[in-house]
Amino acid sequence: MLKGGRSLERGVSLRSGARVEDALERLGHEVLPLEADGEMVKHLAAERPDVAFVAMHGSGGEDGTAQELLEILGIPFTGPGVAACGRCMDKVQAKHGFRAAGVPTPDWFAFNETAFRELGAADALGGLEERLGFPLVVKPSRGGSALGIKFAESWFDVPEALVSAFSYDDRVLLERFVDGRELAVSVLGDEPLPVVEAIPQSGDLYDFEARYEIGRTSFVCPAELSGGETAAVTAAALGAYAALGCSGFSRVDLILAADGPQVLEVNAIPGLTDTSLLPQAAEAAGMTFEDLVAKILELAVDGDQSSRSGDAGRATRGARSSA
Amino acid sequence: MSDPPHRRRAHASSSDLERYAGLFAERTRVMRSSAMRDLMAITARPEVISLAGGLPDTSTFPPQTFAAQMTRIAQESAAEALQYGPTEGFRETVDCIVEVMGAEGMLPDPDDVIVTTGGQQAIDLICKALVDPGDAVICEAPTYPGAIPVFCSYQAETIQIECDAEGMRIAELEDTLERLEVEGRRPKLIYSVPTFQNPAGVTMSLERRRRLVELARQRELLVVEDNPYGLLRFGGEALPPLYQLDGGDFVLYIGTFSKILSPGIRLGWAVAPPPVMEKVVLGKQASDLCTSTLTQYFVREYFAEGRWREYIASLGDIYRSRRDAMVEALGRYFPPQASWTEPEGGLFIWATLPPYIDTSDLLARALREDVAFVPGQAAYVDGRGRNSMRLNFSAGDEDEIREGIRRIGKAIEAQVELYGALTNSATSAPAPAKESDMDSPALPRPGVESEKDGGDVLPFRKAGGA
Repeated sequence: MLKGGRSLERGVSLRSGARVEDALERLGHEVLPLEADGEMVKHLAAERPDVAFVAMHGSGGEDGTAQELLEILGIPFTGPGVAACGRCMDKVQAKHGFRAAGVPTPDWFAFNETAFRELGAADALGGLEERLGFPLVVKPSRGGSALGIKFAESWFDVPEALVSAFSYDDRVLLERFVDGRELAVSVLGDEPLPVVEAIPQSGDLYDFEARYEIGRTSFVCPAELSGGETAAVTAAALGAYAALGCSGFSRVDLILAADGPQVLEVNAIPGLTDTSLLPQAAEAAGMTFEDLVAKILELAVDGDQSSRSGDAGRATRGARSSA
Repeated sequence: MSDPPHRRRAHASSSDLERYAGLFAERTRVMRSSAMRDLMAITARPEVISLAGGLPDTSTFPPQTFAAQMTRIAQESAAEALQYGPTEGFRETVDCIVEVMGAEGMLPDPDDVIVTTGGQQAIDLICKALVDPGDAVICEAPTYPGAIPVFCSYQAETIQIECDAEGMRIAELEDTLERLEVEGRRPKLIYSVPTFQNPAGVTMSLERRRRLVELARQRELLVVEDNPYGLLRFGGEALPPLYQLDGGDFVLYIGTFSKILSPGIRLGWAVAPPPVMEKVVLGKQASDLCTSTLTQYFVREYFAEGRWREYIASLGDIYRSRRDAMVEALGRYFPPQASWTEPEGGLFIWATLPPYIDTSDLLARALREDVAFVPGQAAYVDGRGRNSMRLNFSAGDEDEIREGIRRIGKAIEAQVELYGALTNSATSAPAPAKESDMDSPALPRPGVESEKDGGDVLPFRKAGGA
């Protein structure tokens, strides 16, 4: 059970981790909780677990770093492989992946901090209004849980929003704002789970606080969608999942606009806390949290290697029967 | 293995979650927690220099003294010290409190004093006695971040009055009281930390103290004076507490041993006139029956020794030197657009940055440099304070303070440079100068100051200034 780490989402990871640990114990597994710190590899090498459950979010755990180490050690792990994690973590890379695969995603521009500091990229911002329009959304390319995301209603807000976003990453994207319903489709193996709709109770943004405070956001699962809407949303989600080479499980976040769904991002390792969306979707599909954890584990242990494209050398060592 | 396996309470499934959500009291909807809590979780890493806390330095308290006192309690009063005590607290503890208040010129009637579990509980009990949902509570802008969750949990409407170098702007307070009166409302209490305010570090001037007390008397309003830092003065002239000016009719007083002895003993107190005290005592009975008996015994022993004034003086010397180190480092490492307060006591400096810097986001960058502070937003109920920060100078030594400020300065410099690069050459876009931006009231706004109290709003000292 890998949890914690140094990312800004450390607290969320610890909550995900605690909950999964319980479920694993109730399922009869022997659980070795490991804090993702300087001792992690040493402990993993010494203990040789049958499988690593990765419940880390943000940089270090969700970006492929921990996964790469697990591959080197030959320990099977839950969730997507190294390459898919890397693609999901970086929203700009992910959006290129969506575009290449024909998955709808809002128009965007991406900038590095050096582009502004050294190349005078500010002069290119003039094209924004024409190409993206206002309001627009400014996001750090790598970051989760809505940290550093700002709306720019007009020109006045753009430099300030960029300064905020660059606090989290040296690459940011400016994205066309798409008005619509906020939906999340979790994919387990290759199967989509029922669509969750997130309805914030206050404020205009589904922000970090709302995501992790019980009662701050209401969720509807399955979301009240027509058959056609459900099909379109699910197809877009599966397309995004495949486009980035995900396997095991992931969560696709979308906006359902008047003219159809637009994929915002894929969370390689979505939260598993009390307020997270994946467990809610699983429950709507008739699975308990233990069922969900058992399924994630099963996918990791006899994972379908063909779906892990780009992840050469993925460990295939089977689990011992303690599971 | 870093964590031995152990049994854990079962966690909720999402259907349980829905069920719990339906059971929560209405007040939990306005109880504030924040993303900051998660960010702050990271500040616990040992390599992080934290200027975020409000911790007094307890390392200078002599361990031998502590050992001797606790041993004496164990040998002479074990049964009593381990027993429940009266809800109001022991008379001997109250005598110590009267002595402490006397050091600042106050003479409370011992019967008006209740010993509480820290000053924090005193705020809670006073609100419990006075505040109904929807009631107006007035406090400073910025205010003590720990008071906001209390006001929220009693579902008060919190109204914040701007501060400047002389503390709460009383003219603005009067305007607010007028406005409320027109609406047929009267605030239940006016909460103030008039001396070395947390977070701003400013002290209310004598003139404003007099006006505030007068106003409370005229309008029969209750002022809650929270004074944890009054004895930690290391410069300037001491000013009379509001309680002393008023005599205790309309000023309720909150004190604590946290900053002059130890926050770990959780001993504070409230002083209120008998009718209010009666309700506070009932509230305390419901909350926790009585304050820790053991630590009240400790305070009794400590005061009997008679060296408490010397200890506070020694803390003052330490904190003065640390404040000086921080002020010096701010001048060296913060950009010229930054400004900050220079307190004559207490634990905190309040720094204000250019309005385009959001200190919550800056904290993310600062944490990459292994340094932490409290983003200013924590001291407001309405999202103001985004470009400010609270810096603590009591917890770390001079070297840590200098290094911490250097690292924050580096993070700010990166933001300032980036903003410059974004705006100077953005010729196709209008320059984002936000003269009318009311989101940054803590920044001096020359030409906007028609306020009759005069002077800039916080802070008043500019980088590089004298």
